[in-house]
Amino acid sequence: MAGIDHSLFDLTALDTLAYQDSPVHRLDARAKVLTVLVFVVVVASYDKYAVLVLLPLLLFPVSLLIMARLPIAFLLKRLALVAPFALLVGIFNPFFDQQVQLQLGGLAISGGWLSFLSIILRFTLTIGSVLVLIAVTSFPAICHALGRLGVPWTFVLQLLFLYRYIFVLGAEAERMVRARSLRSFHGRGNGLKVYAALLTQLLWRTLERARRLYRAMLSRCFSGRFRLLSTSRFGPKELLFVVGWSGYFILLRLGSDAAAVRGWLEGVF
Amino acid sequence: MHMADALLSPQVGGVLWGVTAGTVAYCSRRVRQLEDDSTVPMMGVMGAFIFAAQMINFSIPATGSSGHLGGGMILAILLGGPAAFLTIASVLLVQALFFADGGLLALGCNIFNLGFIPAFLVYPFLFKPLAGADPGRRRLFLACLVSAAVALQLGALGVVLETTFSGISALPLSSFLLVMQPIHLAIGLVEGVVTAVVVQLIRQQQPGLLQLASATPARPLFSWRRTALALLLVSLLVGGIGSWYASSQPDGLEWSVAKVIGGELDSTSSLIATLDNWQQRIAVLPDYDFASATADSSLWSSRFGTSLSGVLGATVSLTLIVGLGVLVRKRNQR
Repeated sequence: MAGIDHSLFDLTALDTLAYQDSPVHRLDARAKVLTVLVFVVVVASYDKYAVLVLLPLLLFPVSLLIMARLPIAFLLKRLALVAPFALLVGIFNPFFDQQVQLQLGGLAISGGWLSFLSIILRFTLTIGSVLVLIAVTSFPAICHALGRLGVPWTFVLQLLFLYRYIFVLGAEAERMVRARSLRSFHGRGNGLKVYAALLTQLLWRTLERARRLYRAMLSRCFSGRFRLLSTSRFGPKELLFVVGWSGYFILLRLGSDAAAVRGWLEGVF
Repeated sequence: MHMADALLSPQVGGVLWGVTAGTVAYCSRRVRQLEDDSTVPMMGVMGAFIFAAQMINFSIPATGSSGHLGGGMILAILLGGPAAFLTIASVLLVQALFFADGGLLALGCNIFNLGFIPAFLVYPFLFKPLAGADPGRRRLFLACLVSAAVALQLGALGVVLETTFSGISALPLSSFLLVMQPIHLAIGLVEGVVTAVVVQLIRQQQPGLLQLASATPARPLFSWRRTALALLLVSLLVGGIGSWYASSQPDGLEWSVAKVIGGELDSTSSLIATLDNWQQRIAVLPDYDFASATADSSLWSSRFGTSLSGVLGATVSLTLIVGLGVLVRKRNQR
């Protein structure tokens, strides 16, 4: 779990987006989770040199983005923040794979560049659709959707607890860091010793909180499951959403014989 | 070092999703049937602690960089295997959704690399023997350091193998390994030191907490048959149908090995040719297809061959994984 130094701010911002209102926001969370899963699998199933045939798939995240009136700049920034790993691995493709795969007029494009472009496009599609999903569905709704789709309730409970306390403990950690930097001159006190003390302090507070929580839950007759007043249901709209989009993805996938498209392109140019 | 959807094929992603889903089901059952149900809020708050702890950094002297707590090993030491696995899985799911780390298809890989490996491989088979029943200061420190470093090395290896088997990236296996492993050795050692220091402090102040992990239930709680069946079904589906859509380009590993060996080992090429010849003869399904399918190139027979190899491959891998699981369980019961 290396490298989560993203601030709580982004989490809160996404959370705020999820509580807005639009036709997409109002859909039952199960429909959205299922459709995004189908989408991700279809994107991953394309040939490694697929570039142009992936483009029609952009319709899904983009149309949700527009229908839900999401701020595009914010999502693009999030996307750029996590890009490095996929890009770093992908950037080597043009060097290792120099076999010419595509002739565009006088321009010869090697397989490496095609697969590099493909990796960028896959990254945008898969990560973009997940960001859109979380921006149009609240996290508790996603958890309940998972539970109703068959994920064990113990795990769903764990997700709900985790989500609730990220904000609480995150704020606590932020206060600790601020207190340390206010008392630190010339970078002194930023070493391992003070760090370990801070961390252990945070751990004690966490464990103490868990104990209080447990007592509070017991005194409210906790039986191992949250009872919910469930208002959303899987109606015809949801069915249309899942079947319509999945059908679109699968038809595109079946119709996209990479060789045929390549032949067509060579005929045009 | 999160695995990313963009580098993953549905076969690799699907198989690891199956493994992870089975493990989540198993761990949920184990945790629900614990005598002490205070584990549930404990897990939730500890997951949030991992998030919060990663917001605090310390500067590493003379390097200008900074380090922080990793998470997997400390959770395993405090909560024990199953609860730690569920906690890590939940942390990774939140990361995948909110921080777009990796993506949904890669979630299975990430949970396996960062959750299954520390909780079910490194903790029972490395940390416990190293630490023993009542370790001294130095021994506990060493056990934490080594386990955290090994867990991260295995995790990085997982990323490399999953990427190579998917065949989307053209990076040869050897170069990828050379990039990933040393970096993660450095990160792992830093993580190991932090884990060791924190565990040491916990033991000084509340030694009882570290015993938490030994509270395992006495009777068997879980039907292996049902989980194995579910896992088998998923893998068969993925292997059987998914393999039609696999890339017909050479597999990334074969390709990179060919590239690496091709130029440099000319003197032994006759040996390689002989070996290759032998392998073609011995293999039941050379290049994932019936040997005869090359002659009879009708779509269905080749599809059937591909499906069959997918199904066979999935079955063999699954047997290995389930075998490992049985080993882990036997060990835990002792």
